[in-house]
Amino acid sequence: MTATADSTESAFLAGNNTLKSRLRRAERMRKVWALALIAPMFVFLMVSFVIPIVSLLKLSVEDLEVSKALPLTVEAFKAWDGEGFPPPEAMQVFAQELVVAEENKTLGSATRRLNYSLSGFKSMLKKTGRKAEDDLAGVPADQILDAFIAIDKDWGDPAYWRAIKDAVGPLSDYYALWALDRQRDADGDIVMRPSTQSIYVDVLLRTLEISVAVTLICFVLGLPIAYLLATLPTSRSNLLLILVLLPFWTSLLVRTTAWIVLLQNQGLINDTGIWLGLWNEPLELIRNRFGVYVAMVHILLPFMILPIFSVMKGINPWHMRAAESLGAHRWKAFLKVYLPQCLPGIGAGTLLVFILSLGYYITPALVGGPQDQMISFWIVENMSSTLNWGLAAALSMILLLLTLVFFFIYNRFVGFDKLRLG
Amino acid sequence: MAEVGQDRPSTDSTDFTVRFTDVQKTYDGEILVVKDLNLDIERGEFLTLLGPSGSGKTTTLLMLAGFETPTHGEIILEGQSLRSTPPHKRGIGMVFQNYALFPHMTVAENLAFPLQARRMAKNEQETKIKRALEMVELGAYGGRRPGQLSGGQQQRVALARALVFEPSLVLMDEPLGALDKKLREQMQIEIKHIHENLGVTVVYVTHDQSEALTMSNRIAVFNDGRIQQLASPEELYEKPQNAFVAQFIGENNRFAGVVKEQQGKQCKVALDSGDIVNALAVNIEGHGGRTSLSLRPEAIYLAPAPGACDNIFEARIEELIYMGDHTRVRVDVCGNNNFVIKVPRGASHVALDTGSKISVGWRSEDCRALDAA
Repeated sequence: MTATADSTESAFLAGNNTLKSRLRRAERMRKVWALALIAPMFVFLMVSFVIPIVSLLKLSVEDLEVSKALPLTVEAFKAWDGEGFPPPEAMQVFAQELVVAEENKTLGSATRRLNYSLSGFKSMLKKTGRKAEDDLAGVPADQILDAFIAIDKDWGDPAYWRAIKDAVGPLSDYYALWALDRQRDADGDIVMRPSTQSIYVDVLLRTLEISVAVTLICFVLGLPIAYLLATLPTSRSNLLLILVLLPFWTSLLVRTTAWIVLLQNQGLINDTGIWLGLWNEPLELIRNRFGVYVAMVHILLPFMILPIFSVMKGINPWHMRAAESLGAHRWKAFLKVYLPQCLPGIGAGTLLVFILSLGYYITPALVGGPQDQMISFWIVENMSSTLNWGLAAALSMILLLLTLVFFFIYNRFVGFDKLRLG
Repeated sequence: MAEVGQDRPSTDSTDFTVRFTDVQKTYDGEILVVKDLNLDIERGEFLTLLGPSGSGKTTTLLMLAGFETPTHGEIILEGQSLRSTPPHKRGIGMVFQNYALFPHMTVAENLAFPLQARRMAKNEQETKIKRALEMVELGAYGGRRPGQLSGGQQQRVALARALVFEPSLVLMDEPLGALDKKLREQMQIEIKHIHENLGVTVVYVTHDQSEALTMSNRIAVFNDGRIQQLASPEELYEKPQNAFVAQFIGENNRFAGVVKEQQGKQCKVALDSGDIVNALAVNIEGHGGRTSLSLRPEAIYLAPAPGACDNIFEARIEELIYMGDHTRVRVDVCGNNNFVIKVPRGASHVALDTGSKISVGWRSEDCRALDAA
């Protein structure tokens, strides 16, 4: 470099214009551009995906119905330690607020929430609300409890008072425990819910069981197909690939209902079997676990085949020959040399199928029986039928956490860097 | 085409490891990739199968390894027919073109693979792996994965893996094809030394004639599914038996002509330009038959003394190419303007100028009259 060039460079540096800052300036424009390009996508994802999910999941830990309907009562109950009965002053506040709430018809969601804690609470609270203006308003502190008991003798049980205290919110593990068939007893310890209300642990285990079974079946069926796809001459493997992809181009609902047509008692399979004399009574192929497995495996199989296929495609076919020339039988060569190299694809395929299975709803709902419904079914049930959004959110939270747990287990043992989806 | 150097092996032949008898191979039922192959591979020799791509050399190797089945004929290994022996029971070591190292195993695990397949004791395995890695000078690399090694190192690992279970026969399918020139030449010498030290029989496939000349005891030149000539490197270079071999091995000047006269080993050939050349009758069909003359560029004299050669012609210098240790002189002689003469540095006693006339000469015994292919 010449002397003049040297001096201009040092002049640059002297002018607080270091190489780094120049680089930053040069890069800034590109960064702005890049951000601008992803902005629509980002906004769309936030509005349609992240915000609804977060706000719904918030419901699983919120407990606001009672404090919205009876804010003053909640404030008054805070001073109470939960032992025995609340102080009479707090009861008076409660009585006052019941009168107001009855007038404004704002008690509804609070009664439903309290009824979750103790059944019978709803009707009791409604009755009390109706009579509040006549029988409770202005009753002195020393007679207030008796006035309550006069309306309904259950007010004499401290458990009902405690239930109000437990529901003051704003945060609570009430729904999360419910989703695991648990609740807190009078001492605040976590105990089992009564067995009539305990279904969600069973549902959770069933969801895992179905997902594991579907993943295994998909793996056993998919591995040979992937191997065939990867080793056939291109012209024939392309045809096979189209057959594998064909189900993707049909709606999930159509494929599921097609299985109903095939599997039902007067369906194609049963009619053909009886006509051929293979069996005399229609076989129970649907509304049971068998139907769920058949339909789910059919829909999820491509998700297993494609990642394994794409990894197999990249495996040097000479490796098998090398292993054989070194003295290994074909099967041993396959197990020791070929299969280990497929692991990234097998990992991706099983993870994909398993996680998709965890959230399956429509297929089990249509082809499964009552004992085959998975966790998503109960989320929908609580969301739209019983309107217990808190519980629905808690179940969703469990589903989400379960998915994340499997992601991390997978990452720990296989590693996302090895994941190959194709 | 005449079949030379493909004599039927006699039953009382020398100590052979492998014998191919009338082997044919076709993939599509129409074209024979290997035609009537008869070949004895001697114990301990380094035999190279040399030929252009599609000549059948790799198919021959794969049939020996067991990855392809002969359509016809028989292959015998150590006195046993290989017809129903699967590849993993043949006990043949093989080095593949792309190394075929198992990427999910370390170098040591790759080497342990053939030993585990043979249910060898753990400590014995370790001794053998250590010795094999030291043989290829990679003693410290046992814990690495193939992906962490350079091409040359991977090649050595592949070599060690094919040798670690001490097979008596090792097949190599263009093992140096992926290496650069310098490394390739170095590995050629190393493989040659390993062969000499271990005394194993090596069957080596390549399309690189200089590689074949450097390493082999014998070379089988393949073309069109047949062995064109099977001979030592010296014989192959100096005494090619047909036009294909002369053309394929080394550099070669060619003339086409008709045999005018034959007297024992001597013959006179009338070139298409009308000149008459004295040549050595090697592979001709007698008087009146067409022939091609083969002449090595280093066997030609510039401005020879009259009477020093029995062929002297007037030539015009077309081009001079300086190659360092020698100069390539391209001349137009006897109607062939692509006639190359190699002049070693400082060997020319006449001035060489493009466009000038010069006399060139060669001895009739260096000029081989071959088939007219």
